[in-house]
Amino acid sequence: MTAYLKLDHIDKIFTRSAATTEVLKDINLTIEKGEYVSIIGHSGCGKSTLLNIIAGLTNATTGGVLLENREVNSPGPDRAVVFQNHSLLPWLTVFENVKLGVDKVFSRTKTKAERDAWVMHNLNLVQMAHARDKRPSEISGGMKQRVGIARALAMEPKVLLLDEPFGALDALTRAHLQDSVMALHQKLGNTILMITHDVDEAVLLSDRIVMMTNGPSARIGEVLEVPLARPRKRLELATSATYLKCRQRVLEFLYERHRFVEAA
Amino acid sequence: MNMPATKIEVETATPAAVAAPVVAMTLRRPPRTETYARMAREIAVRVIPPLIVIALLALVWELVCRRAGSALPPPSKVFRDTKELILDPFFDHGGIDKGLFWHLSASLQRVAFGYSLSAIAGIALGVLVGQSVWAMRGLDPLFQVLRTIPPLAWLPLSLAAFRDGQPSAIFVIFITSIWPIIINTAVGIRNIPQDYRNVAAVVQLNPLEFFAKIMIPAAAPYIFTGLRIGIGLSWLAIIAAEMLIGGVGIGFFIWDAWNSSHISEIILALFYVGIVGFVLDRLIAGLGKIVTRGTAQN
Repeated sequence: MTAYLKLDHIDKIFTRSAATTEVLKDINLTIEKGEYVSIIGHSGCGKSTLLNIIAGLTNATTGGVLLENREVNSPGPDRAVVFQNHSLLPWLTVFENVKLGVDKVFSRTKTKAERDAWVMHNLNLVQMAHARDKRPSEISGGMKQRVGIARALAMEPKVLLLDEPFGALDALTRAHLQDSVMALHQKLGNTILMITHDVDEAVLLSDRIVMMTNGPSARIGEVLEVPLARPRKRLELATSATYLKCRQRVLEFLYERHRFVEAA
Repeated sequence: MNMPATKIEVETATPAAVAAPVVAMTLRRPPRTETYARMAREIAVRVIPPLIVIALLALVWELVCRRAGSALPPPSKVFRDTKELILDPFFDHGGIDKGLFWHLSASLQRVAFGYSLSAIAGIALGVLVGQSVWAMRGLDPLFQVLRTIPPLAWLPLSLAAFRDGQPSAIFVIFITSIWPIIINTAVGIRNIPQDYRNVAAVVQLNPLEFFAKIMIPAAAPYIFTGLRIGIGLSWLAIIAAEMLIGGVGIGFFIWDAWNSSHISEIILALFYVGIVGFVLDRLIAGLGKIVTRGTAQN
């Protein structure tokens, strides 16, 4: 297995005045190029913290992140993030939001016309080209998230980080967007790391599912391979034995062995 | 179970498809007269109530002040006394004997100058205080004390420092209007959502780009709140300051009218001061609306 992205013995301890909380303990994970990996766990288990560490937005207390064998500890476009709440800049149009990243990343390698064309290409990929001159307040939640994905894709990241990207959407829109992301992954072959708390979403989209134990001191409890052939079809999978078995495994992990204590 | 459901769908679909163009055509028919009528109604709703109130107040004023021996002139006398000033605001007989236009424009020039300086310095200091915890700890207590000093209290000090009326007046405007700009800008900068900072970090904007592309637009609604309070304060300060420094300017015009017992002229000048202050406030508010479109609603 060639390690494209490697999480090496990551610990994260938050210190607030005298009190220290160990959020993550000894996280080790290697991800191959082109792989789609989901991290699933109950809320508060530190999965978002883990994503922030990979993105470079937070630093690990010990351990580190290696991308193509080079340590990364500051944020950069090679690890573009699709944020949970889209985080589009409300004073920019859809086009300008995507262009913000494109102009930075390709300032030397592409001409202005090429950059503009590249922005439109990425908006086309997520079927948002028609809304190029709209502001985020004028489009729906699902559309905003599409633009968020386009913004991340347009930076040609080595790893695409999705932070509960569909969490704030209604079920129908969510399904629609999941299909879009699947199609994009199929087409572009990106390496994708997704944080989620939706079991079906994890099984449907991922090659591997990383299950985290409850915090504090959350660890990787189990890693499950999802041996489903791609392209995957939502409706066919609903009756597939492998799909149901994978789903069962994740559910057992989350609700039997590592039940969320505070929620009880 | 399925069959009747599809049937219903078909049935409802056809009349809707037929009805749609009919509706569109009826809508297209009366656009102009109707929109004009609606516009006229909207304007009437906004304009008529204040007009009625103003007319009533003028009537009361007239009745109260018409009696012989009343200290203040009634509106009819004000108009008679100041007709020349109203009709010819552009005369210039040299010295400070000028039309009201020149007085107002002299005051506005001072405001424009002092206020521009305070906007630039205020936003810059506000960004510093909003961005740096140490700058805030060091400067904020100072600001909180200085901002309570009344505008005119600064005037003697600035006269001593500049030894001239003009820069002193501008300084008073500056020092009066800068505080709300600093404080609001700082609050705006401090309230920039972490999400936007994260986006900037992932895209790797440098500090200058972050300032121009994230910080200023994100804080713009707050900045404009400060600017709007600031313009009101600077107009307030200039009238007071001009009364003391003299020369051409609407403030000294009022003081001069008082010294010559031209009460009607004072009333006319107050009227103009109010209108100009109102326009300045609207100007900044309108500018803010244009600049912050999209930012305020998220």
